[in-house]
Amino acid sequence: MGSDDLYREAILDYYKHPRHKGHLDSPDVQYHDHNPFCGDEITVELKIEDGVVVDAAFDGHGCAISQATASMLMEEIIGKPLDEIKAIDKEFILEMLGIEMGPVRLKCALLPLKALKAGAYGLEEWPE
Amino acid sequence: MMIADTPLADRTALTDRTALTDRTALTDRTTALRQDFPILQRVLPNGRPLIYLDNAATSQKPQSVLDAMDDYYRRYNANVHRGVHTLSEDATTAFEAARTKVAKFINAPSARQVVFTRGATESINLVAHTWGRANLGPGDEVLITEMEHHANIVPWQILQAQLGFTLRYVPITAQGTLDLSTLPDLLTPRTRLFSFVHASNVVGTINPVQELVAAARAVGAKVLIDGAQSAPHMPVDVQALDADFFVFSSHKMCGPTGIGVLYGKRELLEAMPPFLGGGDMIREVTMTGSKWNTVPHKFEAGTPSIAEAIGLGAAVDYLQQVGMAWIQTHERAITQYAYTRMAEVEGLHILGPAPDARGGLVSFTLEGVHPHDLSAILDRSGVAVRAGHHCAQPLHDRLGVHASARASFYLYNTLEEVDELVQALHKAQEIFTL
Repeated sequence: MGSDDLYREAILDYYKHPRHKGHLDSPDVQYHDHNPFCGDEITVELKIEDGVVVDAAFDGHGCAISQATASMLMEEIIGKPLDEIKAIDKEFILEMLGIEMGPVRLKCALLPLKALKAGAYGLEEWPE
Repeated sequence: MMIADTPLADRTALTDRTALTDRTALTDRTTALRQDFPILQRVLPNGRPLIYLDNAATSQKPQSVLDAMDDYYRRYNANVHRGVHTLSEDATTAFEAARTKVAKFINAPSARQVVFTRGATESINLVAHTWGRANLGPGDEVLITEMEHHANIVPWQILQAQLGFTLRYVPITAQGTLDLSTLPDLLTPRTRLFSFVHASNVVGTINPVQELVAAARAVGAKVLIDGAQSAPHMPVDVQALDADFFVFSSHKMCGPTGIGVLYGKRELLEAMPPFLGGGDMIREVTMTGSKWNTVPHKFEAGTPSIAEAIGLGAAVDYLQQVGMAWIQTHERAITQYAYTRMAEVEGLHILGPAPDARGGLVSFTLEGVHPHDLSAILDRSGVAVRAGHHCAQPLHDRLGVHASARASFYLYNTLEEVDELVQALHKAQEIFTL
């Protein structure tokens, strides 16, 4: 596992200077999720027009991996149709981050995606 | 609390001559003890030696414990309390000998007051499900503290929903100690049980048991002491503490996982209904009903963790051979040193009280670096620490931090390992300020 890559410059940059962090005015979708084991929290908000995400924001707190991933993910999805967002998977996130990681840190990286997809599907609660 | 508040006397303690002599003696003994732990000889995949500072989560095991368990499986593996053949008799003798060793370790009046469980968590759940069900109802109160591990919160919450009693919490101060001024209001004739942690797994605080027990006695409440973080690290005398119940886990005190202890006062254990039903816990079973076995077997349904009990017995032997008083002194020195050295790291905040009021652990936050990231970066230097809320979410909420990192020490840790930790902390800071 490329532990040295875990904190590559881009990830640290997104962590320290997050893009799209905060809240949208009257978002069409808002979903909050957290990881009970480490306490990381993410809220994702989307503005949708004709099935396309026209704006997105996240808020929360947690480790560099979860927060940087959330920020990068918001950048990725703006302008994309909801259908495309629903198809985003684990491989997409790993490719976006450009690192490999073990199962524990993977949970950190996938938390923003979990919140995003639940929001995109309009779920009240993540089906366990 | 800012570390910079540490009195100057504390910071210079280790530079005076007497302390330096002590340091040498401490190092010599520790160097020898480290040879007893095969895992400490391990080199990590990145070529670094292991610096294990996650002892509050679980401790490492000495060769003698591994040997005792291995010997049971190789030479006399058999079920206990059943067969009359040689192996079963040997197994039963070793299993019950372990119980006697544990009883002596905590100065219980009798081995019959030592109930084997899966761990401290199950011990508390056992008390909740048996003593709790028989003694708690609407109008009653159970008092715990804001400092508790989830193991001493959740069982009471589950039971509260079923039985309708009230669960109350002793608040903590900003320094991470119990706010004792609230006790007169919180302990009332309605309080049936005061259940509290002996030594905190997050802030490290060692609670004033004597004072707490006296306050509980004054209103007629029973007392449960969670000794998961005290029994491994200091001499414990359950009679001197006057505990009604005292619980701890084997795996945090050089023993294997899967076994722990519930100590209880004889009359309480006798009066309590059984926990789980099954073999070994009965005296007689008929189609219409059953009679219970004597204490402690009444609470030990099914085949117990035999190898684990024998391993725990060996761990107790090992700890007593090293000396619990020595372990406590050693950890105090390490903790004092760690506290002082960590104080020099800019932006590092330690949770909890000064070293003289705490056990062998230091939980902290480092500005700009999330505890998870910190733990991952320390791991690169071979340093294993815990990150998260350490199963004490209400405590973290109360302290106003989402998570913390924790370095926790044991008899085999050295001052040099603390130096490595501090160096790794600086490294983490560099990475995150680039």
